Amino acid sequence: MSHSFLEIQGLSKRFPAANGGEGLTVFENVSLNIEKGEFVCVIGHSGCGKSTILNVLAGLDEASDGLVFMNGKEVAGPSLDRGVIFQNYSLLPWLSSLKNVEFGVKARWPSWSKEQIRDHSMRYLELVGLKEAALRKPAELSGGMRQRVSIARAFATQPQLLLMDEPFGALDALTRGVIQEELIKIWSESKQTVFMITHDVDEAILLSDRILLMTNGPYARIAESVKVSIPRPRNRNSVIHDPGYYKIRNHLVDFLVNRSKELAGASGAEAIETVAVDPAHDDGAVRAPEAVLAKTGS
Amino acid sequence: MLMGGAEQEARVPPPSDIIALALDELGNPFYDAGPNDKGIGIQLGYSIYRVMAGFLMAAAIAIPIGFVVGMSPLMYKALNPFIQVLRPISPLAWMPLALFVIKDSEASAIFVIFICSIWPMLINTAFGVASVRRDWVNVARTHELSPFKTALTVILPAAAPTILTGMRISIGIAWLVIVAAEMLVGGTGIGYYVWNEWNNLDLASVIFSILMIGIVGMVLDLMLSAVSRFVQYKE
Repeated sequence: MSHSFLEIQGLSKRFPAANGGEGLTVFENVSLNIEKGEFVCVIGHSGCGKSTILNVLAGLDEASDGLVFMNGKEVAGPSLDRGVIFQNYSLLPWLSSLKNVEFGVKARWPSWSKEQIRDHSMRYLELVGLKEAALRKPAELSGGMRQRVSIARAFATQPQLLLMDEPFGALDALTRGVIQEELIKIWSESKQTVFMITHDVDEAILLSDRILLMTNGPYARIAESVKVSIPRPRNRNSVIHDPGYYKIRNHLVDFLVNRSKELAGASGAEAIETVAVDPAHDDGAVRAPEAVLAKTGS
Repeated sequence: MLMGGAEQEARVPPPSDIIALALDELGNPFYDAGPNDKGIGIQLGYSIYRVMAGFLMAAAIAIPIGFVVGMSPLMYKALNPFIQVLRPISPLAWMPLALFVIKDSEASAIFVIFICSIWPMLINTAFGVASVRRDWVNVARTHELSPFKTALTVILPAAAPTILTGMRISIGIAWLVIVAAEMLVGGTGIGYYVWNEWNNLDLASVIFSILMIGIVGMVLDLMLSAVSRFVQYKE
């Protein structure tokens, strides 16, 4: 049996109650596979445990139950094979942009010479258009520029899996758009596998191959997996003219507004099978919630 | 005029006397005419040497222990009661014990400086290390840095401004304490000098040395504040 690049099996996160009573189950029985080179986004309301899933993948947090395999090997603890881009950039403020990128490169290839580390880091800073700001400290950069440094640092270490936790959440809409396109550019060169969390429906459609929809917590789970079949290369301008764009968009918004609540599990609710939908290639309009439920076979 | 023209009472000398004395003393600060008559430079030199010796020894111990206490909640719980009991003890209260155990007044003075400058550095280091942003530690973790490398390349620079604040407080206290300590142990140093001139009833020298104590204390603080500018960062 062939394995997927990344396999998540029956992941759960529970917090024990303080007084020994019933604890809080954030999410339960989350299983999914990601293939190599795939760009996957996760959307869900706050509190459904998206960030926890990402932190488990990063090795920064531990799940209460379930296993994660990457390349057939179990994920335990943080690793340079899994790069992380945090929402608040997490740059070291006492280092210049270049030194921040070099920090990652040095950790990845400790045997490299100084020049080698510098050249490699500089190349990635150039890729995000920050050659001129190489010697500036993060405090002297705008939010967008900081996130670019953070992206450069993550891509420079060439991880097998890139994890992004709402990377553009703190940016204004215009900056966000520009950096999204830069991300597409860098990503299309490296074809890295990406697992990204976002709140932004348009961002998810623009960037991903597949969008995972999570129901509300507690007892959150991945209810749907929506395939984005808009052809690449994409850019902000062209995707909205794709005939499938609004079908997907409406489907996602409908999920977030209505179904994420309706499907939210109570204690002991049976897990709904994950369905794969491809609204762009459906003939009809967005399906009614009942139709989706029916399709799940539950 | 029965008293032969002598003044009725001793007065605080006027500023002109003090300025004249200051010019005289600072013109030749390093003369040495026996145990009871040394230049102000020599006396200040002794005091600065004791402060630096005690302070550096304290830093060498306080900063590593502060690191351990800050990084490990267990060590914090284990050491905190001792720190809380030892910290409020007046440094001079250690003097008799130090004299008895060390049997050397010079070393005892340095020990008193050591014991008074250790606490602000230890507590500030522990606080600075414990409050390093979780995100920065996570950056180190996702880059697979060893605990030692994490401490050196992430936690130390992140906590450095807080550590230096502790060092500034410490050297300020050390300079306050050295004057009193030298009054007790005698022999040399600016504290001894002040007390000796009081015994000589030379108030101009007393006032002059008070001013010198203030100036040296300010210079010590300015030096550390210059160092702290190097490690300061803006978030």
